[in-house]
Amino acid sequence: MTLLAQAVPPGAADLARARGTHDVQGGLHLESWIYQGLDALGLEFPFEEWVLVAVTLLVVCGLVFGFINLFALFAVWLERKVSAHMQCRLGPMEVGPHGLLQTLADGIKLTVKEDIIPRVADKPLFILAPVIVFTGILIRFVPLPFGPGLVASDMDLGLFFVAAVGSVEVIGVIMAGWASNNKWSLFGTIRTATQMVSYEIPIGIAFVAVIVCAGSFSLMEIVNAQQGWFWSWFVYRNPFLTILSIIYLIASLAECKRAPFDLPEAESELVSGFHTEYAGMRFAFFFLAEYAAMYLVSAVAVVLFFGGWWSGIPAIDGIGLAPDDSALTVTVGFLMKAGIFMTKAIFFVFVQMWVRWTLPRVRLDQMMHICWKVLLPISLVCLVGSTLWELMTGGGAFFGIPTLFGFGG
Amino acid sequence: MTVAVKDIRTEEMLLNMGPQHPSTHGVFRVVIRTDGEMVLESESHIGYLHRCFEKVAENNNYLQVVPYTDRMDYLCAMANNLGYAETVEKLAKIQVPERAQYIRVIATELNRIASHLMAFGTYGLDLGAVTPFLYAFRDREMILKIFEKLCGQRLNYSYIRVGGVTFDITDEILADAQRFCDYFDPVIIDEYDRLLSYNGIFISRTANVGVLPVDLAISYGVTGPSLRGSGLKRDLRKDEPYSIYNRFEFDVPVGTGEMGQLGDCWDRYMVRIREMRQSVRIIRQALKDIPPGDFCEKKAFRGVKPPKGEVYHKIEGARGEVGFYLVSDGSVKPYRLKARGPSFCNISVLDALTSRGDCMVADMVAIIGSLDIVMGEVDR
Repeated sequence: MTLLAQAVPPGAADLARARGTHDVQGGLHLESWIYQGLDALGLEFPFEEWVLVAVTLLVVCGLVFGFINLFALFAVWLERKVSAHMQCRLGPMEVGPHGLLQTLADGIKLTVKEDIIPRVADKPLFILAPVIVFTGILIRFVPLPFGPGLVASDMDLGLFFVAAVGSVEVIGVIMAGWASNNKWSLFGTIRTATQMVSYEIPIGIAFVAVIVCAGSFSLMEIVNAQQGWFWSWFVYRNPFLTILSIIYLIASLAECKRAPFDLPEAESELVSGFHTEYAGMRFAFFFLAEYAAMYLVSAVAVVLFFGGWWSGIPAIDGIGLAPDDSALTVTVGFLMKAGIFMTKAIFFVFVQMWVRWTLPRVRLDQMMHICWKVLLPISLVCLVGSTLWELMTGGGAFFGIPTLFGFGG
Repeated sequence: MTVAVKDIRTEEMLLNMGPQHPSTHGVFRVVIRTDGEMVLESESHIGYLHRCFEKVAENNNYLQVVPYTDRMDYLCAMANNLGYAETVEKLAKIQVPERAQYIRVIATELNRIASHLMAFGTYGLDLGAVTPFLYAFRDREMILKIFEKLCGQRLNYSYIRVGGVTFDITDEILADAQRFCDYFDPVIIDEYDRLLSYNGIFISRTANVGVLPVDLAISYGVTGPSLRGSGLKRDLRKDEPYSIYNRFEFDVPVGTGEMGQLGDCWDRYMVRIREMRQSVRIIRQALKDIPPGDFCEKKAFRGVKPPKGEVYHKIEGARGEVGFYLVSDGSVKPYRLKARGPSFCNISVLDALTSRGDCMVADMVAIIGSLDIVMGEVDR
């Protein structure tokens, strides 16, 4: 489904066909599928080209939205199960097998709940805030691949886009806290703003270091640069990138407002931070955004440092990539890669949950200390170190050791 | 372009923490004056849970008062039962059978562990660590099961009564208690230490926070683990032994300031963890020595009528000194009963700890949690 979001002139389908031959490996293309299917039936596409583009846009948007919803359903269930099993409990068991449908039941409950807007709240802002928070997360999914070629839009500045629109969420959060007209919400809001603005800096530096290695801002290109044995993954590329990957994982916890950096919600201090006054579906949107953000930062971690959809073993990755492979093999290879990517991303989501249910929460000043006095200097040193390393070794993977023994990077 | 600080207009904010707040451990309200995240001043308001315990006690006979004492410090009800029972016994000069004394010690110490487990768990919860709370509840559940077998109750036991205890302890329950001790110490407490006590974030949140100097603690009448956390070795079980505590060997852990300053939140927290080990030690000795015999003074079982007079008696509860001042006019009902709840005195020091200007909003929660208050006892 290579969506033609950035290139929508007439003849886009031809472009898609053309692009399909060079940039993605085993990718799916909705438009070319439709054209091929119509060709096979001997029919012409009955409408103008832009109709197809519009339909594709809607379908892709719906797919991403549906994915976020489905993933949130699953992640909430997983969170409850992970926490339960860490705490000698069973967690949800009643609705569906092992409580799998519990989140669905909760979701239905939230949709039918009364929609409460506090009398003293700033009504337009109060209504708009969850929309903006959720949109801020949703548009970050645009350049994010789900598998080889499976991306809403493979933009040239994908990583830059992810970093840039991340700030939109902060605006929504500030709106929510301010509009609630609640002192505790205000505390949560200010904390969120402080935290997210600060932690974007180490994350941005980690991005830059990866871009230096990959030579591209495009998330697809970054993944493709990590093809080969698992030591070609950027996390092993040089020791500085290994440290940066850890910094990214820590900072991404703060970016998602997850423990130990869950000060904005800090249920024992602020009740539930900026969304204290929200109920029903509006609350569900904050909730959805939180879990979507968890997947997002995990997927970005996988793309940047952990080889994307490459399993790290060339024999497995090679399935479906040879020019003379049958359609079945290509499909199997594609599904495997998408599965590998999803598995890795869910693993990092699990790590976030694991951390959350183990560690206490830091205090505001300690949070700022960790960011500005620990993560930032280390990440700056690592950026310089990593760049120099690239310059000296010419991009040797696994600290350059395999290359010494004749293994390709 | 520089912005002078005077151009930025800031405002102080009055913030109501409570009476409905997840971390005030009950219906407790603190009004805090904040400058951003810094707490400039705090003012506690209590009384939301007042139930006229002392007046109610005047209208019930001596045995009927026992269930009301349960509801003071409901997390350590045995100690309240014991404190009240011993007060009446002291005035009425009732000799408690040997076996009953041992049962009382076992029950009270088990209850002390359960109470400290609750303090440990909720303290983790206050600081954002949810898992220790459920671990604590898992182990507290074992104690509650023992109590359920012992007296049919899990929270408000009314088990220790004037003259002895309500039911005899069976061999099965003794075996259960022994099994709990073997399970709990040292394996489980070591696990707690690894999970929470020596966790870097936990130490950074509690060390040097809410420092309570020993002279301040004494002037506010702070007792129990909160006082011992400031380094003063005062434990009524050791200093003024009541019941049969002088027969047991145990240490009194005190705060050492090893992670920060003496008397900080970490010290108070750690005293409780170490006290649990000592309580297990006492229970083990009691289980070994418990003699056969009566579990209650027969005459007192039917009712007591202390002579005219007055008495004050205090014991060491899980939160500090539980004291009862009893005036008798010779009738079957107390003429006046005054209770000294340790939580009431301990909470009074809160404002002094949080109004020094070095406390943040998150520290409020840490300090309230480290004082380990039970609102049922503060208001009575």
